[in-house]
Amino acid sequence: MKHPVNTWFAESLGDHGIYTRYLEDHHPTHMPCLEIRLLDWEQAAQTARRIEMRLVAVWATEGGRHEQDEGMYVYMCFAHPEHRHALLRTLLGKKNRKIPSISKHYIAASRMERHMQDMFGIDVANTPDKRRWLKHEHWPEDAYPLLREFAADTRMPKVDGEYAFVKSGSDGVYEIPVGPVHAGIIEPGHFRFLAVGEQILNMEQRFGYVHKGIEKAMQGRTALDGIRLAGRVSGDSTVGHAWAFAQACEYAAKSKVSRRASYLRGVLCERERMANHIGDIGAICNDAAFSFMLIQMHRLREDMARLHANLFGHRLLMDAITPGGVAVDLDVQSARELIAQTRSLAVEVEHLRAIYADNPTIQQRVIGSGPVSIDDARDIGLLGYAGRASGDYPDERIEEAYAPYDDLDVHIPQGKLGDVATRVWVRFEEIADSARMIIQLLENLPDGDIQADWQAPEPGISGFSAIESWRGEIACWLRFGEGGVVDRYFVRDPSAINWLGLELAVREVPVPDFPLNNKSFNCSYSGNDV
Amino acid sequence: MIRILKQLAKIGTITEPLAEANNEIEQLGKQLAPVIRKHFAGSLAIRAVDAGSCNACELEIHATNNAYYDIERFGIHFTASPRFADMLLVTGPVTRNMETALKMTFEAMPQPALVVAMGDCAVGCGVFGKDNYAIAGAVSDIIPVNVVIHGCPPTPTDIIRSILQAIGND
Repeated sequence: MKHPVNTWFAESLGDHGIYTRYLEDHHPTHMPCLEIRLLDWEQAAQTARRIEMRLVAVWATEGGRHEQDEGMYVYMCFAHPEHRHALLRTLLGKKNRKIPSISKHYIAASRMERHMQDMFGIDVANTPDKRRWLKHEHWPEDAYPLLREFAADTRMPKVDGEYAFVKSGSDGVYEIPVGPVHAGIIEPGHFRFLAVGEQILNMEQRFGYVHKGIEKAMQGRTALDGIRLAGRVSGDSTVGHAWAFAQACEYAAKSKVSRRASYLRGVLCERERMANHIGDIGAICNDAAFSFMLIQMHRLREDMARLHANLFGHRLLMDAITPGGVAVDLDVQSARELIAQTRSLAVEVEHLRAIYADNPTIQQRVIGSGPVSIDDARDIGLLGYAGRASGDYPDERIEEAYAPYDDLDVHIPQGKLGDVATRVWVRFEEIADSARMIIQLLENLPDGDIQADWQAPEPGISGFSAIESWRGEIACWLRFGEGGVVDRYFVRDPSAINWLGLELAVREVPVPDFPLNNKSFNCSYSGNDV
Repeated sequence: MIRILKQLAKIGTITEPLAEANNEIEQLGKQLAPVIRKHFAGSLAIRAVDAGSCNACELEIHATNNAYYDIERFGIHFTASPRFADMLLVTGPVTRNMETALKMTFEAMPQPALVVAMGDCAVGCGVFGKDNYAIAGAVSDIIPVNVVIHGCPPTPTDIIRSILQAIGND
């Protein structure tokens, strides 16, 4: 059997005296869910940290059908490069909804704990940050939108309140508030800079402006309907999010996807990676006034979008993945066209890369700007190219090796310096590698159907998936309810973690270099706010 | 430097007469040139606001600026401040958390201002739906809208066409 039950984490916890119970109603077995006692919660996180696991996410839910009492559960998920993912969950007391914070072991948990506090009214004890997160100050304190008793269409009154930003008591420090409406054509969010002269002392992020209530909106939708919504968690990673949703559904229902469909998913995902890296490299250079690269790169991105519209019916590849397969097949001619374009794109990008590498004005701006050390990257658990630039290399295409990546040899660019230049370098490397994999997938496209019959699982069954989107790992957990509809959907975009990397990176960076750094991370606001 | 010049010479000018729109945009652009000259002193300034979109609409707005579409050839450009913008281009369902910022941006513009609601979400909340605690409504529920652009997301051609039409209707 390729995927046995993963007992490694349970054994490791057992060695530390933590009793675990394996949950049968969770799939897949190679990423198991273990129930632990509430009193072991913090120690379990500490143990995970000791055995060098990375925090994937923390989230809460009310009980499903299999749970005898309708209590509140809190989940946390960890991953290890060699032993894959494991989920832990615990039951909170019915009246006393309190849980110890794990932020002191994993700093990335802090915002997720604040999210649980906002949305479920869970009291997180000893948390370093008690402030609200996505629930802004004008919301009533006692509104907990993800509780079942809270109707989705509730209209809440506006109340007064103010967010307490980090302040400096020093006279020499001045504040620069930016946003939520930014100067360019980008998503809304607020940055509060504390600056001394030109240098950034501290940058604090304030998000939630594009919180659309997606987790709530997903409840009651079937998988076939819900995947459209999942594909719009963050529009630039629509393939990644739709795939994560589809895979969690398929794991839950134990349904298989044909080889052909998984190959096509791989092609879609790698094309999305190429398009976004190409567009971002252009934009990073443009932020340092090297507009030549922007014009050239956006020309290539447009070429890609046009071919996508012709072959897959959508310029950004939306709605191409379905639960059980893919919506669009490629004939031999189309596959050839896609191979030809991918090949010529790779050549063009290499050509432009030589110009970029040779240009002293851009190099002076990117080299050494906004470095994140390997220790910081591991502490935060930086994902995708941000992690790879700093010397930490989590990649689900290798670690989980879901189809079609089990047939491929993914090369991971191993950066060390963690500055803007390295993040750009990683992206250039990934463009080349994605192009190679797309061609390999298309040249070896297996025969067969592209769509398997989709049958929702029994009520109460949950599924978990981790998909390496272009930004990094997308984690998705969902549970089905009566009538084949989704009862709870949780998704963690890589941005929810990588935003923390940006906060660290820009310390001691001159304010004018902030856009450069911001673009080199290019985190999603929509994916963070959900 | 020589390589940059070589590359520029090799690629040449790729800006298209937007053939897929049956040249309609070219003609519209020509007809509207005098309108833009007269009412907007030769250029139309747009302030784009994401009021809750998934960011796909932003990608397509960016695309209108690429060398193929080159929206600036019609005298249209995007501006950083609402203070000197003639048009507000709004994307996304308006979230509860963006409602105030959107209103403030609109109020900061010199009046009369044109408002374009771009994308299915801005027009009618799209896939996210109106019945959600986090969503304040479609753009027209919050501020007056002149023109809507359908699509998820609308293509760059649709965006340029609708912007030009909005000016023509004015």
